[in-house]
Amino acid sequence: MSAGLAAGRLADAPSALAARRRRARLGTGLLVVVLAAISIVALGAGAVAIPPGRVVAILWEAATGAGADAGDGARDALVVTGIRLPRVAMGILVGAALAVAGALMQGLFRNPLADPGLVGVSSGAGLAAGITIVLGERLVPAALGIDPFALLPVGAFLGGLATTLLLYAIATRGGRTSIATMLLAGIALGALAGAASGVLAFMSDDRQLRDLTFWSLGSLGGATWSKLAIVAPILGATLLATPILARALNALVLGEAEAYHLGIAVERVKTAIVILVAAAVGASVAAAGVIGFVGIVVPHLLRLAIGPDHRVLLPACALLGAALLVLADIVARTLVAPAELPIGIVTAAIGAPFFLWLLLRRRGFFP
Amino acid sequence: MTRAKDISMLATLARAAALAAFVCAPVCAPGAAFAAEEERLVVAGGVLTEILYALGAQDRIVGVDTTSLHPPRALEEHPDIGYLRALSAEGVLSLAPDRVLATDAAGPADALDLIRQAGVDVEILREEPTEAGVLARIREVGALVEAEEAARALADEVAAGFAALAQARATIEAPVRVLFVLSLQNGRAMVGGAGTSADAIITLAGGENAVSGVDGYKPVTDEAIIAAAPDVILSIGRGDHALSPDDVFALPAFAMTPAAAERRLVTMDGLALLGFGPRTPQAAAELMKILHPEAVIAPVIAPLLRAEATR
Repeated sequence: MSAGLAAGRLADAPSALAARRRRARLGTGLLVVVLAAISIVALGAGAVAIPPGRVVAILWEAATGAGADAGDGARDALVVTGIRLPRVAMGILVGAALAVAGALMQGLFRNPLADPGLVGVSSGAGLAAGITIVLGERLVPAALGIDPFALLPVGAFLGGLATTLLLYAIATRGGRTSIATMLLAGIALGALAGAASGVLAFMSDDRQLRDLTFWSLGSLGGATWSKLAIVAPILGATLLATPILARALNALVLGEAEAYHLGIAVERVKTAIVILVAAAVGASVAAAGVIGFVGIVVPHLLRLAIGPDHRVLLPACALLGAALLVLADIVARTLVAPAELPIGIVTAAIGAPFFLWLLLRRRGFFP
Repeated sequence: MTRAKDISMLATLARAAALAAFVCAPVCAPGAAFAAEEERLVVAGGVLTEILYALGAQDRIVGVDTTSLHPPRALEEHPDIGYLRALSAEGVLSLAPDRVLATDAAGPADALDLIRQAGVDVEILREEPTEAGVLARIREVGALVEAEEAARALADEVAAGFAALAQARATIEAPVRVLFVLSLQNGRAMVGGAGTSADAIITLAGGENAVSGVDGYKPVTDEAIIAAAPDVILSIGRGDHALSPDDVFALPAFAMTPAAAERRLVTMDGLALLGFGPRTPQAAAELMKILHPEAVIAPVIAPLLRAEATR
């Protein structure tokens, strides 16, 4: 706590600090309300028109275990509990994880442009997904009866994790991890994975090429309870672990040596952050494809709005990331219904103009 | 609105109804359940949509995917459920279908599972660019929509078309070498190698794929084009997007091929040429007439065009 406050006090007068903390509390409260409201709308909106009263009744039936009636009633119940509910839950978890992972990366690298992709997760996961899509039919013996496409999430997760571990091994010498080396090696590995993905794109036929494109734009369409059961523990653990890192990140703002002298176990914190981010982003990518933008814009937006203290920034990121992704998913699945837009298009289309507006307004107010 | 107009409209309607009954009578299977309790179909796969239209079962369709490009009105008449590899379970269910007809390319598997869980019958039909594949597809679709009679008739016509093609192919002594160019970007040609439907249709038309050593659709170098030595360049396109002989043979690589001597560039409708369905024999016959004017082709019937005309 002292470290974060010390960092803050250098810049701000006590009264301004109090105002900022009040604002942060208010902002967090507001975000909770916004996320709840968006989630409720998300359960009610979709291609199948179900009146709000019916949605509530279905949820009540599901919660109390009452049997669903036949015909259209059963279909509506399946749409709400089998399609929309896991989607909303997945949207909340993935959005929160991506935004928090972004904030963690930016704090660790002390660079506002850092994003989860820098630890190689995205490129590794992308490459593994490409391999599964293009070579899956050749690598998986048909006799096994497994659809290679079903292996995609597993491949993406393993690919992301493997790249991160490789990067970590490259950047660590004698127990010390060099953040600068990691950044540069991350760029190099990313380029290498990009080249390999290019080879795959060259080898692929039209259909595989389209699969690659769709996958790289992300979608929550594949959210099912069984997938959620696999992904939720990983994402949940990451989200629960982040508050412990908030103090350390506040201290790291001053520099690694300074943080060390403030009593932070810098090396251990670095390891923890890298592993948490790799697990969270790997799991997100596996569940929903590559969803850009959330990890870089949500933390920025909140830093502008409520300040850089990680103790409030990290939970706020989780809330706003979740809200943004669930909102984007509503747009993605209703705008061109009965078809569906890739969600990556929507997150960027909603987030980028808002972010620009915030930047411009900020510059206008504080030239 | 005037009375006279009303009457003329009624007359038109009556004529249309009579025509419909006349057309329907020989085509519709006896006792086929039409009208009221007609099954609601969602179709994912352009060839399946094409076959349904050719069988006259288009009124059962309540949604089609973005690959359903033929007949062109399919996507105008029915809601678009998106690309068949990225279907949305809720989107499909919102159309309240009784059955989803899909090619084996449709997915993702999770979405199809959810659709099945909602009590919708999901039929997966294999898609293959071969003669047997086309005929099997027609019969399967016909059985599913209880239009076996119409399907048998259509399949017979298509089979007769393929047979006529085979006979004509036998009269060809020296197959011409054909290079299929999918696109030309910055002078770089994307060509159709082995395993593509372009390769299949060239073979059906009695030609020889000049780049059978290439696998799939690939960009190739200028030298590879010269080495392929095609007699004919085949391309697809409509209107402004079509390649012109001036553009193609101005490129050094193409200028050095045998095709340049007589400026032989053939441009055909991409859907008919590359989508393997009921129109394939006709497309292949058209291509054969151009490639091998000397070949004797028995008239190949165009089933779909005929069905369209009588509607």
